[in-house]
Amino acid sequence: MIRAAIAVAAAVLVAFIVLPLAGLVLHLDPRAFAASLATPSAQNALRLSLVTTALSLGLTVAFGTPLAYALARGRFPGRRVVDAIVDLPIVVPPAVAGLALLLAFGRNGTLGPGLHALGINLSFSTAAVVMAQVFVASPFYVRAARGGFTSVDRTLEAASETLGMGPLRTFAYVTVPLAAPALLGGVVLSWARALGEFGATIMFAGNLTGISQTLPLAVYLDLESGDVSGATALAVTLVALSLAIVIAVRALAHD
Amino acid sequence: MLRVTVAKKLRDFTFSVRVEVPDGVTAIVGASGSGKTTLLRLIAGLLRPDSGTVELAGRALSNGSAFVPPYRRDIGFVFADYALFPHLSVMQNVGYGLRARRYPAGARRRRVHELLERFEIGTLSQRRATELSSGQRQRVALARALAFEPKALLLDEPLSALDPQTRDRVRGELRAILAELTIPTLLVTHDEADRGAFSERVLRLSAGRIVQDGS
Repeated sequence: MIRAAIAVAAAVLVAFIVLPLAGLVLHLDPRAFAASLATPSAQNALRLSLVTTALSLGLTVAFGTPLAYALARGRFPGRRVVDAIVDLPIVVPPAVAGLALLLAFGRNGTLGPGLHALGINLSFSTAAVVMAQVFVASPFYVRAARGGFTSVDRTLEAASETLGMGPLRTFAYVTVPLAAPALLGGVVLSWARALGEFGATIMFAGNLTGISQTLPLAVYLDLESGDVSGATALAVTLVALSLAIVIAVRALAHD
Repeated sequence: MLRVTVAKKLRDFTFSVRVEVPDGVTAIVGASGSGKTTLLRLIAGLLRPDSGTVELAGRALSNGSAFVPPYRRDIGFVFADYALFPHLSVMQNVGYGLRARRYPAGARRRRVHELLERFEIGTLSQRRATELSSGQRQRVALARALAFEPKALLLDEPLSALDPQTRDRVRGELRAILAELTIPTLLVTHDEADRGAFSERVLRLSAGRIVQDGS
């Protein structure tokens, strides 16, 4: 009885997730798909999404890895506060994040005049797209990496040091390989979140073709302008991209 | 010769030990929590003493001003749970200290093979550390700690992870290997059966002090 109830509940949720995604594919007209993807705006959106998510992922890993390590290993005052701050973007609505970024870095924002004096204008630029992605997506990587580092047995690091490896090489040869599944998981989650980023991007970076119009924004614009098949083609591309990365990383992690 | 005069304030007591360890095996016994592992970690540089000196073969490893980090001490350490790297093969584990010292690949391979043969674990060279029995793991840990020809060897309860039957066999093997070494060797144990097995000299620790030094 209980097992049947569990099975039904599970099946309902799985179906609820699968049905809309399957619907996307069913709605797809193969000829229109190719044509839609060939348009300059679709090409621009695809290229922009790949470039910006690669940049935001690079920044997230470069700055997030030391932060995650410090959170996992450091004993410093305010560690719990920093820990909570890192998680904040996960619970902040993306539109709020976009507004906050605009009020901080926009032309009339807190840092705006200072940046403007230096000749830097961030809002409504490709840089703003990357910033919005880092803001909303980096916590997913930092959380996963922190968990990965915490789970590494510190005796193994001590052993590495007694064998002659300094702290940096110990990190590279022992800590990172042992935390690798968690690090990869974090990379995938954070990349997927950045690829799908919409709310913060449209608030802070706008929706400008070739500058800030990433795939999700292009889907929105197509739908707004009545081009359902164009929106569907881009949406399927987004799903396929995400799926391909998830599968590739899982395969790598199992090697 | 390993000369140790160290003090360190711990939670329950102040650890304070003065000891000279000549070449050959010196056993350290004492109840758990008496500071045996602390002594080894202070010597290896994994813990920093509050005061005192550690000197190995005439070289100051730790004194008032200088502190040589563990990776520059050339001291072999066999951990209680062996601490083999689970993501590396037996061969890579044993060769780890040579890789740290940037030995060329050929020299590294020769040295590792020599050790694997000597410890009779040659057939295991491609296995992961996680696939070994506890007796095999102990040999790999020992081979790894000796591969880079350390100037001293520290063993923390090297038999405690073994079941009683294996322990008797491995104790004999370990004794034979340690007997060939000509470096200061400290072996920590809380098993009374081990105390006389490895050395004439036995130090007894209690609450961070040496309360007995004899046989």
